[in-house]
Amino acid sequence: MSAVVGTHAARQVNLGSLERIPIGEGRTFAIEGLQIAVFRPRSGEVFATQASCPHANGPLADGLVGNGKVVCPFHSYKFDLATGCPEGNSCAPLTTYPAGLTSGGDVVVTLGGR
Amino acid sequence: MTSPHRLVVIGNGMAGARLVEDVLARANGDRFRITMFGDEPYGNYNRILLSGVLAGTQKPDDIFINPLDWYTDNNVTLHAGVGAERVDREAKVVYGSDGRAEPYDTLVIATGSVPFVPPFENLAPTDPSHGPGPYKDGVYVFRTLEDCERMLARAADVKSAAVIGGGLLGLEAARGLVGRGLEVSVVHLMEHLMEMQLDRDAGLMLQKSMEQLGVKVHLGKSTTGLLGNGSITGLQFKDGSTLDCDLLVVAAGIRPNVALAKSAGLEIKRGIVVNDGMATSDPSICAVGECAEHRGMVYGLVAPLWEQTAALADRLTGRVEDKVYEGSRTSTKLKVMGVDLAVMGEKQGRDADDEVVTFSEPGRGVYHKLIVREGKLAGAILLGDTSAAPALQQLFDRSTPLPDSRASLLFPAGDAQAPMSAADLPDDAQICNCNGVSKGAIVGALRGGCKTFKAVCDATRAGTGCGSCKVQVKAIVEAVAGDNLQDDPAAHYYVPGVAMAKRELVAAIKEMNLRSVSQVFDVLAAGREDPGSKAGLASLLKTIWGNDVIEERDARFINDRVHANIQKDRTYSVVPRIFGGVTTAADLRKIADVADKYNVRMVKITGGQRIDLLGLTREQLPAVWKDLGMPSGHAYTKAFRTCKTCVGSEFCRFGVGDSTALGIAIEKRFQGLESPAKMKLATAGCPRNCSEATVKDIGAVAIEGGRWEIYVGGAAGAHVRKGDLLATVDSPEEVITLTGRFMQWYREEAKYLERTYDFVPRMGLDRVRAVIVDDAEGIAARLDAEMQKTVDGFVDPWLEADRPVHPSQFIPLLPAPNAKVEVTAGRAEAHAFSGAEAGR
Repeated sequence: MSAVVGTHAARQVNLGSLERIPIGEGRTFAIEGLQIAVFRPRSGEVFATQASCPHANGPLADGLVGNGKVVCPFHSYKFDLATGCPEGNSCAPLTTYPAGLTSGGDVVVTLGGR
Repeated sequence: MTSPHRLVVIGNGMAGARLVEDVLARANGDRFRITMFGDEPYGNYNRILLSGVLAGTQKPDDIFINPLDWYTDNNVTLHAGVGAERVDREAKVVYGSDGRAEPYDTLVIATGSVPFVPPFENLAPTDPSHGPGPYKDGVYVFRTLEDCERMLARAADVKSAAVIGGGLLGLEAARGLVGRGLEVSVVHLMEHLMEMQLDRDAGLMLQKSMEQLGVKVHLGKSTTGLLGNGSITGLQFKDGSTLDCDLLVVAAGIRPNVALAKSAGLEIKRGIVVNDGMATSDPSICAVGECAEHRGMVYGLVAPLWEQTAALADRLTGRVEDKVYEGSRTSTKLKVMGVDLAVMGEKQGRDADDEVVTFSEPGRGVYHKLIVREGKLAGAILLGDTSAAPALQQLFDRSTPLPDSRASLLFPAGDAQAPMSAADLPDDAQICNCNGVSKGAIVGALRGGCKTFKAVCDATRAGTGCGSCKVQVKAIVEAVAGDNLQDDPAAHYYVPGVAMAKRELVAAIKEMNLRSVSQVFDVLAAGREDPGSKAGLASLLKTIWGNDVIEERDARFINDRVHANIQKDRTYSVVPRIFGGVTTAADLRKIADVADKYNVRMVKITGGQRIDLLGLTREQLPAVWKDLGMPSGHAYTKAFRTCKTCVGSEFCRFGVGDSTALGIAIEKRFQGLESPAKMKLATAGCPRNCSEATVKDIGAVAIEGGRWEIYVGGAAGAHVRKGDLLATVDSPEEVITLTGRFMQWYREEAKYLERTYDFVPRMGLDRVRAVIVDDAEGIAARLDAEMQKTVDGFVDPWLEADRPVHPSQFIPLLPAPNAKVEVTAGRAEAHAFSGAEAGR
């Protein structure tokens, strides 16, 4: 269930079952006109970042994921999934969003409020 | 639990300490209990830098590699100042000079060398109670820190010094003493300096440079005795002349220190004889470093010694149990008396067939010499100016065929692309044309603390695009960092995230039956999943296991997840296979219909003789493939791509072989074959070579008489390279057999992303021929069988149009459940979200 709690307050959006994302991959979700990349690494965590690479607009959700990082498929720029910080490049950092799972295995992403 | 393996190392010098470091770096510390004997009463220091201590450019403290704390921190027991006296091989015990007994499971002897001191007259101290050494007061050898300190103490009080020996060590001693304000003479038995490394011309040039620095050089002088009663006052020569001096350094050579090994009854020739596993004649005892003799060679340089300790550490720790050391190609770069010198390989031509290229510029003290044998570099001397050394070193190490103009090796003729000129480039010169990285940025990264080639590439992104500038980046890094550059072990790994070269990695994967990328990370990389290594591992596993691999789609690059090539606007390009570039009106009509139906934005004829449909969305891919009804052209992946053909003998007036039929047969057989990097092939019906077969990864050219020439390792992309003629065969069938065999060997041996144009020179054409054509290694039948298995297992990936591996395989954008989203692939999405089985 997506619930909108005030305009400026943090709001949680339920993106449905984790199974929508193949294991180890990411997918881009469209949420209220916003695009967010959600990752499902094999380590069992869930991460959410802005969808496009700041460098050349590459689709980050299609990148290779591992060790808490994503590598953009366009020019191999690497970012930390938790912090959004670039690694080994001077690209702008990614916006990240708190993400987690419900007890039923749904992905929940928190937007705004920060 | 088994009890720890008792490893005893005799010798705490460059080799002994390095071996212990290598073992510790490989094993868990508790697997070994390590004990060391060291003659000198301190930790381990860098003997090479002693000349700096003598010259005063380095303090003794600065040259320590491992202080005593290091040993305790790493649980290594060091008996510092305790020599090993005796080895009881029966009981497997070493006895120390203080009487202690150390039992061992494995013993490593790393006793190094001892200075050779000729039996000069009047060498011994006149009064034995006078002075600590075995020699007359004022006489020294140059081996240890203590030697250095005693020499310096005396140098402070005297005026003149003589050095016997005009080799590297003697000249280093002379440099140090000149720096201390002494008058220094070098006395050398031979007719020119450093005759072990230099030819006569280079030796004379070096002598000149030395004389300019104030060192007197006496050549062809045989010293017979020492003068002086208490302390030394001079030298007596065989020709009757004498030379006054207050201090003498004897640097007349070194001898492997084999005394202990000899008394233990081990086989000794010049040094302690070891096999390729670095074991002596007693399998429980190994030897490394200057004391060891391997295949008749005793090495006195540090690089071979490191190769030896690394190999032995691999064996001892079981990281690579059957690791062998096969000898080292010696080369050295050093500064002699401040004069730059680089030497590799041989210093003289062997016979009249060798080509000897020399350049001499006495005014600047520059001398260059190249020995060229069969078009490859067999040796080089660079004196006074070593800027060409990095490039030459590479050509030497890899036995790369040299350019026709030998002079271009030494003088790159203002060509900005030439790696040798890198050091002279201005800072704003763009080196990496993919990422726009200037030389200044590379130099900045080095100054900023990057210590390896890879660190520089990571920090600047230089070399991370097409990779064609890597040689040049490397040359700059080497020129700027010089001796401070660290060897990056990761450079030899197949992928950066698993610390193994390809061969080791393949062996480990097979032995432990690892079938998926995540299993490889779990078992061989301590569970650390490096994203940059996933695609390389996925490719390797496919090569090893074929269809028995456990597929993990997330390990693939996006192109290989959706079987199309992603473009800058996130659309995809679709290239159906057109075997040998031969199509039909019906197929063209189908392609045209697809282009219309899906509003394809560009229809492009490719360089590989097929048709590219550009601007398709990911959702459209399955439907496009089904409408085309043609197999994938694999234009998006690291695999065999196409076989370009000419019209050959069927229509062409000049054709002497049916290149079209052969090209079609090749493409049918090898379609979809995955490999470390892409492979582009071509067949030509005559030597006019309209299909450009000589610049392909593999090319076949028909020649008169029904025969075919096969070329390998050609390229016409970021690099341009004419392929090497592998063989000339009598039939198209043989072309197909050798092509498949070469491809399989390349799949097994090449590094990830290593194109054949790098692979063939790295292996050397002779070896490629030996393996592929002559079956010298007896693996041809196996290679052919593996290839047949892969061919038989081919499945067209575009069949996933009907059987997606995941409901969202072809859906890049998923709507949030309650969000308003324009859904272009509504049915597919509804399906995905219901969680129902794939494959509607």
